[in-house]
Amino acid sequence: MAIFLFKSVILSLTIILNYDIIQSVLIRKNKDNVMNYIKNFWQHRYLLGELVKKGIKLKYRRSYLGIIWSLLEPLLTTIVLTIVFGTLFGVKDATFPLYVLCGRLLFSFFSSGTNGALRSIRANSGMIKKVYVPKYLYPMASILFNFIIFLISLIILIPLALYCHVTPKISWLYIILPLFLLILLTFGVGMILSTIDVFFRDMEYLWSVCTLLIMYMSAIFYPPEKLLNSNFGFLLKYNPLFGIIQTFRNCMLGDPLNWKYIAYAGGFSVICILVGTVIFYKKQDVFILHI
Amino acid sequence: MGKEALIVDNVSMKFNLSSEKVDNLKEYFIKALKREISYDEFWALKNVSFSINKGDRLGILGLNGAGKSTLLKVIAGVFKPTEGTVIKKGRIVPLLELGAGFDMQYTGKENIFLYGSVLGFSKKYLESKYEEIVAFSELGRFIDVPLKNYSSGMKSKLGFSIATIAEPDILILDEVLSVGDAKFRKKSEAKIMQMMADGTTVLFVSHSLEQVKRICNKAIILEHGKLIANGLVEEVAPVYEKIIE
Repeated sequence: MAIFLFKSVILSLTIILNYDIIQSVLIRKNKDNVMNYIKNFWQHRYLLGELVKKGIKLKYRRSYLGIIWSLLEPLLTTIVLTIVFGTLFGVKDATFPLYVLCGRLLFSFFSSGTNGALRSIRANSGMIKKVYVPKYLYPMASILFNFIIFLISLIILIPLALYCHVTPKISWLYIILPLFLLILLTFGVGMILSTIDVFFRDMEYLWSVCTLLIMYMSAIFYPPEKLLNSNFGFLLKYNPLFGIIQTFRNCMLGDPLNWKYIAYAGGFSVICILVGTVIFYKKQDVFILHI
Repeated sequence: MGKEALIVDNVSMKFNLSSEKVDNLKEYFIKALKREISYDEFWALKNVSFSINKGDRLGILGLNGAGKSTLLKVIAGVFKPTEGTVIKKGRIVPLLELGAGFDMQYTGKENIFLYGSVLGFSKKYLESKYEEIVAFSELGRFIDVPLKNYSSGMKSKLGFSIATIAEPDILILDEVLSVGDAKFRKKSEAKIMQMMADGTTVLFVSHSLEQVKRICNKAIILEHGKLIANGLVEEVAPVYEKIIE
């Protein structure tokens, strides 16, 4: 029943959105419009690069360890989480630290990426009010710079995997797939949030509550089996982030992939991007009147 | 007749003046229930049309609140007009807000690349012009100091040096620039004059008819968002004199 409801919602959403896109892109000025957008983006590619660089440079400026923090921080939290929850749930699996670290890393990118995008329009209001810049560059840059820091932080997986006696294997290369899904999802959600935040500032507080809930619903520091087999399994199953994290773990541990998770997360991300792009596109011209 | 550099076609700009800004859900629902959300429409610009050719220097005259700044922001692309279109040929440099996009934690050097890319310069181009920008800005060794330690004069000097490093096709000036000290002001004026001599199209906003007469060859007058005069500066000047009497 629940699945049916969900599917019908998604179906109707796609129909509505497709109609919208056809209206806004195809009917209006069809090809010219799209070409102008691409041309405009190409002209501003250096700015995108500069904004990404600025995010990375300023994040760790004036700290002694600098970028090393992006490795150290997940490692330290993983140690605490492993000790506390490993003991609490009585996990005997030797790869549990790796399990926790994978979840911790992916979740923290999702969290910092969406929160960064959420605030990006207001944070750059000074620039938006004074010069013309394609506005989607701000959420995009904020997600990209978080993604680059996240990619660097993935290095810490290697020593921990070796510590857990997980030898490097070819399936490690498949992590590209969950990483791709993750950035799609973050971008889609980020675009939606950044648009909403311009009009309703409460979104910042609301979303920090939501991220906390999503964290508990993503099976980051507990084994998911018990919850999956209970009546509340849908909490995990309908959370695309859980599917992405599980896929990532499967790649790291060399387990078979669950294609249902991948398909669901992929579909969810694409829908988020469609919704996000359309509402952002429709509202971007009035941003300036509200910031 | 030269080529048209800028066409402003029937541009109107509407603002909703709400007495208070409603920016959280609770307020919004309460007000919506009480039907208190009402907007006063305000047309800052109404059906403004004009065009200028390449190399023209257009003076934009008008009293306070006539819509001059709104018009400039529409032309610069910051506002999207409610109605009508603006067609621009070439790169516009608005010398309105020097250093929009400066980051205070960044050093002068890093800001050159950041602000330069905001204005649409490529990294390669900025690298080739870097020495020239630093030399013009007279910042010397301060270029490696974070911007938060700059004086306001230093910031605007740097902003001006970056914005004018390449000759723009269209230059937007709001009043006469007052950048930095007297010496730098002279230098920056000379630079602008040289750009004009080279055939850059200029939009110049001013209250002073004298300045407009001195600099511009064409002029328009805005009053309450409407275009009431448009033509050569000699023709428009008497109209403006009548208004300010």
